[in-house]
Amino acid sequence: MNWLLEPLVYQFMQRGLLASVIVGILCAVMGTYVVLRGMAFLGDAMAHAILPGVAIAYLLQGNLLVGAGVAAVIVALSIGLFSREGVVKEDTAIGILFAAALSLGVALISSMQTYAVDLSHILFGNVLGVSPSDLWMIGILSLVILLAVALFFKQFLVISFDPVLAATLRLPAELLRNLMLVLLALTVVVSLQTVGVSLAAAMLVTPAATAYLLTRRLLPMMLVSALIGALSSVIGLYLSYYLNIVSGSTIVLTATAFFLFVFLWKRMKSI
Amino acid sequence: MTHTPHRLEIENISIGYGEKIIMRDLSFQVPHGARVAVVGPNGAGKSTLFKALVGILPLKSGQILIHGESLGSHKDCVAYVPQREDVDWRFPVTVSDVVMMGRYGQIGWWSNPSKKDKQIVSRSIEQMGIADLADLSIGQLSGGQQQRAFLARALAQEPHILLMDEPFTGVDATTQEMTFGLLDHLRDQHVTAIISTHDLNLAASRFDLVLLVNHRLIAFGTPQQVFTREHLAGAFGNSLLVMENGMMLVDECCPPDEEHHHSHAEAK
Repeated sequence: MNWLLEPLVYQFMQRGLLASVIVGILCAVMGTYVVLRGMAFLGDAMAHAILPGVAIAYLLQGNLLVGAGVAAVIVALSIGLFSREGVVKEDTAIGILFAAALSLGVALISSMQTYAVDLSHILFGNVLGVSPSDLWMIGILSLVILLAVALFFKQFLVISFDPVLAATLRLPAELLRNLMLVLLALTVVVSLQTVGVSLAAAMLVTPAATAYLLTRRLLPMMLVSALIGALSSVIGLYLSYYLNIVSGSTIVLTATAFFLFVFLWKRMKSI
Repeated sequence: MTHTPHRLEIENISIGYGEKIIMRDLSFQVPHGARVAVVGPNGAGKSTLFKALVGILPLKSGQILIHGESLGSHKDCVAYVPQREDVDWRFPVTVSDVVMMGRYGQIGWWSNPSKKDKQIVSRSIEQMGIADLADLSIGQLSGGQQQRAFLARALAQEPHILLMDEPFTGVDATTQEMTFGLLDHLRDQHVTAIISTHDLNLAASRFDLVLLVNHRLIAFGTPQQVFTREHLAGAFGNSLLVMENGMMLVDECCPPDEEHHHSHAEAK
């Protein structure tokens, strides 16, 4: 048992672990919508699109999460705006904004002195650098997002499964869609610190895709996904500690291992 | 259902995407409880018309009145049974989940389904003969069963107007008869049904009214009034062959309708 407890004597490890688990659960829950609505590209794009926000916050020495949050919400709403009424296809709108924001972010970051270190933290996360106030922010934001998912569960189900039904029920589909995009953006922001922008998309997709293979209804899918997300975070962080590997990649690789295991298991069963 | 005059008035509507007008200056009125077949060649704008009727495609001009009020001022008034290809059959929902969605208009935003909602759902499922399938996920059903699940949902919605897009394409005879059984049941409750179909025989034999369109109104009336040589020629053009004995043939089978460029459709 000692190897389990040993890392936890460090406070930064405790905070890191807590942050990873929260993010793992949050990404996994929002990820069910990403997987079911085919928004994987969007999730990835959004993760990269928050880069300029983070860079600006960094340059102004403000809070990185706030910078990322503002950028993410702007990008989410712009995608909604560009693709509304099908003027531009949604994935085209995403592609344009994604590339533009990423370039802007890299441009800003490359002007910094400590370029390499900062960029790698932003891209791949720095779970051991989670401060107490970061942890509070992660916790509160996650709670708000999960609460919104619970409150709008029915509405999100309808707009995801059958937008036409949403129209006949006179649901404000446009508003709900934008709300979902904002929640997704905030999720990416929250995961910035633990897995970084380049791996956030994986945490959105992989646990949810694994859960999709195992369940037949939305709520169980969310719960199983959350469990896989949390487990991946814990296992990944320990692997990171003992193998001395960047935590973002061990977390994502653990989630991928879950997916491969379930996928192969399903295959074997169906033969 | 307390609204007395169930009626639907379409006044000079034009609809389309962007600059492109798919349906121009269409007007017709449907009395309450009527069963209307919407007929026309592929790409004539039938699905586009349905999108306008459910309110997902804004009108370029004109208006749609239900019970004399504009579209959108009623809740849960219109139920829509989508085309098979328009549904993501791999979505993780069970049959009863799908049917329960029909009740979401009545259930408050933040409340759970009431006992009454649950009763209506199970009654609707039973009525469509899929009670034993209620807990299966929709992807596990056969095509006909899938359609019946969506019919059950429409029933659970307790609509005043029911819209169905091509419900008779590619379904088994049982489902077709079940669909008409449902339509008879709904007619008793004065529910107006508007149904697009390629099957001109069905349109002629089992509907009160026929709406013949080809990007505009060609004819609207009883099957006898609508299915004349001039009207059919107007709608189908060269696809119409008139035989010497007065028999008319329409060849319009069935390139993928250019109106429906939807991606999912992986029914197994």
